Formats: sequence, C-alpha cells, structure tokens
Amino acid sequence: MSEHHHDHDHDHSELSETELRVRALETILTEKGYVEPAALDAIIQAYETKIGPHNGARVVAKAWTDPTFKKALLEDGSKAIGTLGHVSRVGDHLVVVENTPERHNMVVCTLCSCYPWEMLGLPPVWYKAAPYRSRAVKDPRGVLADFGVTLPKDMEIRVWDSTAETRFLVLPMRPAGTEGWSEERLAELVTRDSMIGTGFPSTPGAPS
Amino acid sequence: MNGVHDMGGMDGFGKVEPEPNEPMFHEEWESRVLAMVRAMGAAGAFNIDTSRYYRETLPPHVYLSSSYYKKWFLGLEEMLIEKGYLTREEVEAGHAMQPAKALKHGKFDRANVERVMVRGKFARPAPAPARFKIGDRVRAKNIHPTTHTRLPRYVRGHVGVVELNHGCHVFPDTAAMERGEHPQWLYTVVFEGRDLWGEDGDPTLKVSIDAFEPYLDPA
Repeated sequence: MSEHHHDHDHDHSELSETELRVRALETILTEKGYVEPAALDAIIQAYETKIGPHNGARVVAKAWTDPTFKKALLEDGSKAIGTLGHVSRVGDHLVVVENTPERHNMVVCTLCSCYPWEMLGLPPVWYKAAPYRSRAVKDPRGVLADFGVTLPKDMEIRVWDSTAETRFLVLPMRPAGTEGWSEERLAELVTRDSMIGTGFPSTPGAPS
Repeated sequence: MNGVHDMGGMDGFGKVEPEPNEPMFHEEWESRVLAMVRAMGAAGAFNIDTSRYYRETLPPHVYLSSSYYKKWFLGLEEMLIEKGYLTREEVEAGHAMQPAKALKHGKFDRANVERVMVRGKFARPAPAPARFKIGDRVRAKNIHPTTHTRLPRYVRGHVGVVELNHGCHVFPDTAAMERGEHPQWLYTVVFEGRDLWGEDGDPTLKVSIDAFEPYLDPA
C-alpha cells in the first residue's frame, strides 16, 4: 500500500515540506480509491500538450482574415470557435472583445485567477499574483508600463474583471505590413499577452 | 467575504513582474496539485465555487505568503477534510486509515480525463424574467456577506450601466456554501474609472465586472 514512499525515504531530506505534503495527499487519495495516479498523469499531460496560446492565436488570425468569422466571433465567441472544429473545446461563455484605434481592452480576475484556459493555456504567475490583480482595475496604464506598453493618452482603456464563469479573450489589432499574409503566418505574430491585453502582437520582421 | 483575495484597487504590492519563457509548472508538485483538484472536483467532491471559497478562507498571512499552487493545495486539503473525504489523522500519517466516503461520480480514472479538459457548463434555465435590460443604470449593492460572493468590494455602492446579458448562471454565493445553484441572471456592468477611484482616477478608464442580479439595484 505504501511501498513507494518507503522506497524513497532517503530522498526526503531533499524534498521540501510542501512536496512531502503533496505526495502524502496523493497517497491518501489513491489508497482511498478516489483517484488513479495514472489519470492524474494524463490530466497533466493533456494540459502540457493540448492547451496553450496557439489555440487563441489561431482564432485571432482567422478573425483577421475572415470578416464573417470575426463578426460571428464578436457576437458569440463560444459558438464561432465551435465552428472551427478541433481548435479547442472552448466551452460556454467565452466573450471576445476587440481592440480598436479608440479602445484597448485588458482582462483581469481581481478575486482569483479566472482565465480562458482553453484559448491561452494555464495563466502565468504574474496574472495570478497580487500586483496585477490589485492594480489592473485602478491603474491599468501603470500596469502596462511594467510590460513596456504605452497607449495613446486619449485612448479609452477598458478593463474586464472576470468575476463570473464568463471568460474574456482580447482580439488585438492586426499589425500593419501583413497584407496578404496567410492565417498560419499571422498566427505566429499573436502573442499570449496580446490576447490578455497586456501586450501587442509581434511586429512583422522583428526578431521573435 | 471581505478577504485579502478581493484585491481590486489595493496598493503596495509593487510592480508586475512577467517571467520570460515561464514554464507551465515551476515545481513538479504543482502539476500534481492541479491534477488532484481537477480530479476530485470532477469526481464530485466539491464544485468550483466551494474550492474558491476554501482558498479565500485561508488566513490572510497564509494567503499572501503562499504561492498560487500552495494555496490550491492548502484549500484542497482543508476542503477534503471538512467534507469528510479524509481525516486530519490520515493527513498526519500520510496514509489512509478510514473507509472512503462515496464520491458522487465515482473514482476518477483514466476514462474521466477527457471530461475535465472541457469547461463545465454554468448556464441554467431562467426561473424568472430578467430584471434589467442592456443600457439600464444599476447600483452595486453595499453588501458585506461573510460567506462567498463574487461582488468585489471596489464596486460596491457604485453606479454602472448594464452592457451585456449572459443569461442565467449558477449563483456562486449559494453554490459555494452548498446551498444549491439558485440560477441568477448575469450581466456585464461597466463603471467609469473616476466613479470608482475619484477625481484622480484615469479619465480614459472603464472597468466592468460580471454581476449576478442579486448584486444589483436599479439606479
């Protein structure tokens, strides 16, 4: 029942207290028959391979090249992404918000860490940490400065606090100089942060 | 509850520090915690609102000094103990000592993995017509429940405008406390930055929250 722990007793001095506690909890959940460790492995593997900002980037690039899709995406994000087949099982309640020359959108979850996992993967540490969560709704320009991003002085800035099960994805503006580019090539310019609203897409031709 | 998790508008936490080429997990145990939370949730041990509530009720100094997945771990352990899935003695011993409590959806095995990779559905049939329509002015109630709520402090008492109607959704305030789903209309309500932060606030700023109907009064 507990062999694997005893086998590794010699490792314990090198393990942190948290690591030991996490291992102990998994042992208990396994011994009680609540979870199968291989199923936990499979969850982790799925997160590591199936989700990530490449899903969101494909959606953004499609919206940049297909006006009908863009219109549908802004009307009902979940439904429009559903028509793309197996981009990602985005689930319900995804709202796509468009950046324009007049308005910049930025997404935060002040209460916890709500984030469109299916589109962007697991959130980065900064998104879940106090500096971003506390300041994004009060001083978003200051937050953007931390990312090296400056907006025109008069541009409206709209912050979406994800306080429910709705999820928000920013549709950034298509970079100039990309006329005639394929969706695949455009998708490479779409950064994770540009879909959160703390960055812009990469500039064509710039070293990535 | 008015906890430290409700961070919108607080000062003093310093700069945002993005990490270049950040790995998905910084330590292997973080991935095990994520997987255990997803698995036990999918097996029916708790809902997402309850799991948030257990993180929020960590003592403030623990909440503020623990990494993200450490908070997930502490919340998970406490929640499973309080819900009767394990005991403190078992946690102390690091082994099962008591019979298991039946899980609503049974043991989480490999056949269930696909299921956790799709977001849950939170929309529910409407029990009553929507009280507000798009364009309505509404005031966020000045409420301070000591239980779970998704109405952040920084909007309470302020007037905003209904911008989107998302339909009826599970009400986190009751779901978290295991008092039922009580579906409520959910709206995006947008506030002027200066209404929230005063005359020194950014005049170009608008902030929205997604607000459940019971959080709002007509204004």
